[in-house]
Amino acid sequence: MISPPPPRSWRRTAVAVSFLTAIVLVIVLNRRGDRAAGAGAGPPPFHFTDVAAQVGISFVHHGPTLDPKLDNIAPLIGSLGAAVSVADVNNDGWPDLYFTNSRFGYPNALYLNRGDGTFVDVAAAAGVANVNRRGEGVSMGAIWGDYDNDGLEDLLIYKWGYLQLFKNMGNLHFKDVTDAAGLRQWMNSNSAVWIDYDRDGLLDLYVTGYFRSDIDFWHLKTTRIMENSFEFATNGGKNRLFHNLGNGRFEDVTDRMGVGSTRWTLAVAAADFNGDGWPDLFLANDYGPEELYLNDHGRRFILSRVGLESDSKSGMSATLGDVLNRGRVDAFVTNISERGYLFHGNNLRLNFLPELGRFQQAAEGAVADAGWAWGAQLGDLDNDGRNELFIVNGYVSRDRTQSYWYAMSKIAGANGNVFEDARSWPTIGTASLSGYERSRVLVSRGLAGWTDVAAAVGVTDEYDGRAVALADLFNRGVLDVVVANQGQPALVYKNSVPPGNHWVAFKLVGTRSNRSAIGAEVLLVAGGTRQLKVVDGGSGFASQNDRRLHFGLGQTTQVDSALIRWPSGGVQTLAHPAVDRLHVVTEPGP
Amino acid sequence: MTAVRAPWTWLGGLDPRYPVSFLITLILVLGEARYGILGGYDRLVTALGVSTATELVLSRLVRGRFANVASAYITGISLALLIKPRAGLLWPFALGGFIAIASKYALQYRGRHLWNPSNFAISLLVLAAPASVAVLSQQWGNDLATNAVIWCFGLLIASRVRMLHVTLTYVTCFLVLAALRSSISGGPLVAEIAPLTGPMYQLFIFFMVTDPKTTVSTVRGRVIVAAAVALVEAGIRLAGDWHVAALAPLYPAPPILALAIVGPLAKAIDLYATPSRTPIVQRFP
Repeated sequence: MISPPPPRSWRRTAVAVSFLTAIVLVIVLNRRGDRAAGAGAGPPPFHFTDVAAQVGISFVHHGPTLDPKLDNIAPLIGSLGAAVSVADVNNDGWPDLYFTNSRFGYPNALYLNRGDGTFVDVAAAAGVANVNRRGEGVSMGAIWGDYDNDGLEDLLIYKWGYLQLFKNMGNLHFKDVTDAAGLRQWMNSNSAVWIDYDRDGLLDLYVTGYFRSDIDFWHLKTTRIMENSFEFATNGGKNRLFHNLGNGRFEDVTDRMGVGSTRWTLAVAAADFNGDGWPDLFLANDYGPEELYLNDHGRRFILSRVGLESDSKSGMSATLGDVLNRGRVDAFVTNISERGYLFHGNNLRLNFLPELGRFQQAAEGAVADAGWAWGAQLGDLDNDGRNELFIVNGYVSRDRTQSYWYAMSKIAGANGNVFEDARSWPTIGTASLSGYERSRVLVSRGLAGWTDVAAAVGVTDEYDGRAVALADLFNRGVLDVVVANQGQPALVYKNSVPPGNHWVAFKLVGTRSNRSAIGAEVLLVAGGTRQLKVVDGGSGFASQNDRRLHFGLGQTTQVDSALIRWPSGGVQTLAHPAVDRLHVVTEPGP
Repeated sequence: MTAVRAPWTWLGGLDPRYPVSFLITLILVLGEARYGILGGYDRLVTALGVSTATELVLSRLVRGRFANVASAYITGISLALLIKPRAGLLWPFALGGFIAIASKYALQYRGRHLWNPSNFAISLLVLAAPASVAVLSQQWGNDLATNAVIWCFGLLIASRVRMLHVTLTYVTCFLVLAALRSSISGGPLVAEIAPLTGPMYQLFIFFMVTDPKTTVSTVRGRVIVAAAVALVEAGIRLAGDWHVAALAPLYPAPPILALAIVGPLAKAIDLYATPSRTPIVQRFP
């Protein structure tokens, strides 16, 4: 039986009150979310100071100039190319830095670490400066790896143009061996990674294509060069896998190995995600879902359904790290968020492949929204035994009072045939697009999530950050941060960590494995926790970290063990390696 | 005299909300199956669940009887499709669903609600919660077939519910004003017309601007209102082209906000001028 309704006035009042309460709740929850994304929680125990000028690094990136047919959106298309990669190019025990430039006539820079707290640019003398030339293309990034196992780090520059491979001849001299290596291929690439996919002890090379490789940005035959979908584009450049034959030459095995994605890959990282001992490829794709290519014993790669395929966004960076100290390689992928227009949100992919056969998305709050985010790196910035997350962002910073977001929204929801033609895009003029964004430094608070402490730790720049690399630049036992900014000065954030927390680091030298030990894993057990790190062959966006693996230990003064899985498949255990020092470990012979 | 009957007149006995429900379900299924347009079924369940529950509770509370939930179903799906909040947020769907339906009961003039429920809720979320909520910006990929299916069914059903003139007036005005805006701003015409090919606009022109309960009572009046919505939208868009900072909150969703401005004004004027006119919805069986 239905009871009679209450009196009319009471009912109307109840409806009105609940209606207004709901509106107030919307406002309150929106403000709370805004604060959570932007506020810190207590002073963090580390601090960054930009010391680029003090240490002699004066690098300023210059973006590419393009065919005038693209003038209406040239600032958008040409807003790529600032990159930084770390390597000890002269084996003196001090990490050196390589920055790329992206305009004809503007040199790349190789900053040699003098070990006294200063750097000097030796790129010109070394022969790796003047690479941005008409007819050859412009640099978009670089990765270091000892492809010929001679004990010297070699340099691969990926471009919008011809790839370039430089062999390190020693004595800070490099030789262009691109032709001899069979790598003189025109690609419009924005990332690459060294990977020994077949575990033969030779570094192979995976180079991604962003724009199609038939496009010459300085002699356009067509303006139909853009993505054909903002969510499901497959008309990008073809990624390529080059197999190192061991005689100084590389063979294109892309199709045979099944890794020729054309999904506008912006970033790639390699690691053994499923624990089978073979390195896999993780792709962050613009205008589409991420992709994981699982390595089938070096015979082929298999594009796997692991929970990435349904989430179609704008992947910008592929960052690897053990986010929760589970002894797993997780992935962090940056995306785009802009108030009112778009909340793609970054992805924090926790690796549950062994148990569930898939990744689990764990990005919420501050970790999900970092603006128009580009490069990111996971590293223990305060030596407390947990990873922090450094994210740079901002796309085009021009007139602060004008935003291109509205203009772009006109075509963003349209049919792909419309915006595949660059001429259909509204003119950007002097407007910004997600410009002047502040970088993020996120600290994990465990179950409470991540908190942005950027301002509190001294990271206040609003540059258009692209690449981030972590390195212990001054061999102090702390990770410093190097940032390459688009069309702007590079930053060197020197890290100050109060004494008290301990650390341990490892430099691995392969013998049966590739000499750079790229792909090697170290599982550290200390103080009841496990941490896993992988030697980096290129990760984040247009960047490569110091290949020495740095572990923070907090108050723990003893490491139980360090288990090394070499790329060759060999396993080595170090018992109780001493803390607060770098261990150089050479792979045991057969 | 016997009228010539169109082949789809077997639908004639149906409440117009049912074919509209069918169309929005079609968009939902197509969009989710081919493009993952929802971004999670929890969003759909929340928006639908709260919308229908609110309708049932408030109708019982205010009118003493349970209402047909067809319109709440349309509202719930509209919200699930059109709201794209930050990762992990479900409250915009819950509060949006509640506010949409509650607005029908709370914001009335002469016994009639003024705003299309989902239009009101989305406008409020866009304006009051820009740090949390964005509006659908996805597209139907590169697939013209999906567009064609939606347009065919949309036009058919708009015709069935006797709102085709509203859709056609709005689209015509949008195209003319797009050409005008293009000539004024100097931007590519194709960029100005492009939004019509996306799902956001299709939801707008087939579900919001044509809502029988919140449109005015005469055909002429509805044509004028549709044109006025397009005109206000064009004004918002021109302001966007000229980077007028004061109107920046309106730029993420010009058509939805234009309707939120024009719709209730027109409805209020209509109700004021013709208070005794039979509500249009009652003309349907």
